[in-house]
Amino acid sequence: MYVAVKGGESAIAAAHTLLAKERRGDPAVPELTTEQIREQLTLAVDRVMSEGSLYDRDLAALAIKQARGDLIEAIFLVRAYRSTLPRFGYAEPIETSAMTIRRRISATFKDLPGGQVLGPTFDYTHRLLDDSLNDGAAGTPPSPARKPVSEDAKVPHVADLLGHQGLIEPNPETESPAPVGDLTRDPLSFPAERDLRLQSLARGDEGLLLALGYSTQRGYGRTHPFAGEIRLGQVEVHLVPEELGFEVPLGTITVTECEMVNQFKGSAESPPQFTRGYGLAFGHCERKTMSMALVDRALRARELGEEIVAPAQDEEFVLSHADNVQATGFVEHLKLPHYVDFQAELQLVRQMRREWEDAQRKEAAE
Amino acid sequence: MSDAATYNFGYLDEQTKRMIRRALLKAMAIPGYQVPFASREMPMPYGWGTGGVQVTASVLGADDTLKVIDQGADDTTNAVSIRKFFERTAGIATTTHTSEATVIQTRHRIPEAPLREGQILVYQVPIPEPLRFLEPRETETRRLHALEDYGLMQVKLYEDIARHGHIATTYAYPVKVDGRYIMDPSPTPKFDNPKMDMCPAIQLFGAGREKRIYALPPYTKVVSLDFEDHPFERTKFDRGCALCGSEGIYLDEVVTDDRGGRMFVCSDTDFCESQRAAPNEAGHGLHEVPR
Repeated sequence: MYVAVKGGESAIAAAHTLLAKERRGDPAVPELTTEQIREQLTLAVDRVMSEGSLYDRDLAALAIKQARGDLIEAIFLVRAYRSTLPRFGYAEPIETSAMTIRRRISATFKDLPGGQVLGPTFDYTHRLLDDSLNDGAAGTPPSPARKPVSEDAKVPHVADLLGHQGLIEPNPETESPAPVGDLTRDPLSFPAERDLRLQSLARGDEGLLLALGYSTQRGYGRTHPFAGEIRLGQVEVHLVPEELGFEVPLGTITVTECEMVNQFKGSAESPPQFTRGYGLAFGHCERKTMSMALVDRALRARELGEEIVAPAQDEEFVLSHADNVQATGFVEHLKLPHYVDFQAELQLVRQMRREWEDAQRKEAAE
Repeated sequence: MSDAATYNFGYLDEQTKRMIRRALLKAMAIPGYQVPFASREMPMPYGWGTGGVQVTASVLGADDTLKVIDQGADDTTNAVSIRKFFERTAGIATTTHTSEATVIQTRHRIPEAPLREGQILVYQVPIPEPLRFLEPRETETRRLHALEDYGLMQVKLYEDIARHGHIATTYAYPVKVDGRYIMDPSPTPKFDNPKMDMCPAIQLFGAGREKRIYALPPYTKVVSLDFEDHPFERTKFDRGCALCGSEGIYLDEVVTDDRGGRMFVCSDTDFCESQRAAPNEAGHGLHEVPR
């Protein structure tokens, strides 16, 4: 019994001790360091930073270790820590066209200014288990001999190349500094604007976004997407402190950005042209940003006057269920005792069965 | 990071508490109305009382005495966990005695002992919207509340009666607050609903995941929904507690063996213990408990 009348307290303490032991595993095997996680499980770190909404590789690595590799648990740890941090201000929008590129591909043009840069990708690996990774037999991999593509040159966005000809909708113009919504500071209400939708998707569960993005490709709210561009690299973050009144750089972060180019038949107000779906995440999160861009475009159905028929287009459905920390909490809360309510239901079922049996008996007698 | 000293009193920073207190004041001013608030991520999972914890953190003062119950008991695992959280982050006094507590955080029960003025009862709420299972869209339910359009709920209760001969809702039984808003009393058994009516204590409801706060100021009229010819009926047990003998209180069914053995005991462990300690002093014992 996990709770008798007394004893919950000691049971909890014992469970925590057991958990620590399980986390450590066989003590004969050297303990994993957070540096190893930070350097060698980088994509896990990136996912935890993105969905945890906190750019800190060391804290993400610590969370992954503490969570025994359960990434949603790690995201939860980071989020809980994040809510204790004071909010100094909001950074200026990052300039991704000034990104120091590590990877940049476009599926819409064979070649383009800035070039196609494959970068570190699983894409063309054959998924064969590599035995040489066992026991560190592979050693240190050699460095590829080539210089970074764009040290100083701006690499223009593919969408901007199309934009010159008016073939794609322009990015919405905003006056700087435009107020940006923040769902961690104000409760989300519907209908939500695109800034809040994108924030929600950026924090949202990769698995959910993947499934929803996939569903649009299979016809549930089809958006005819092309991967206009996916880029990965470092960008500078700037802040304008109120007391200074000018921008100061805070440092660089790695982000992945995806712009989907989608067909649009046009309406009475706007000519046929391509539309955009946008995805952005901390670190290298390609699957996440591509899915995000698909779902972002699907969620623009209302704005573009498209019929809302599929789950991925349904803003309230998507945004209410995208957060895996919320979702896992509520699903897992079913583990908590519910015996008071269950008792009430037991009483009701017993009563209803009595009534049913009486009715059966009466019917038989007649 | 594990050092409690680095956290503010009650975990939340003062700005966040102020934001929550504003929501609480608004909620008190419009009894039963769900006030959106910018719920924070807490170090316990959503769905495990984060709304209640944030409300409690915002109302606690250094001289408060806190009681935490889950399913009526002080020693259920989650109650222990939340009580420890506040011991650690606020360093306040805690108790298991209803009468000694100034703030009581609860999940799914209202204590059997009557509450008094000056006490605050904080409910943990999973789904604050009483119309949610009739209408899943928040945009739509907010409109229904605004227009006081509660036909859906009336039809649901009527259909229950048509099908079963009685209203088949045993917990989270909807109430009407001060003649205006329909409110979810949190998943407390309907047995507890009458205790909400004209209660001298402040009742605050926090739903963290759903980001809503609502409240019942002291002495607010709270009516369980019913029909004239099918009045609200409180759950009745045909026996008393096997341990303390009290009747007219809510009982837990404890399975004692695998041959159908059952035992019924008080769900409110503090009440049960105090009855056994002084059966006559409190004036209850084998008698009916006043609501």
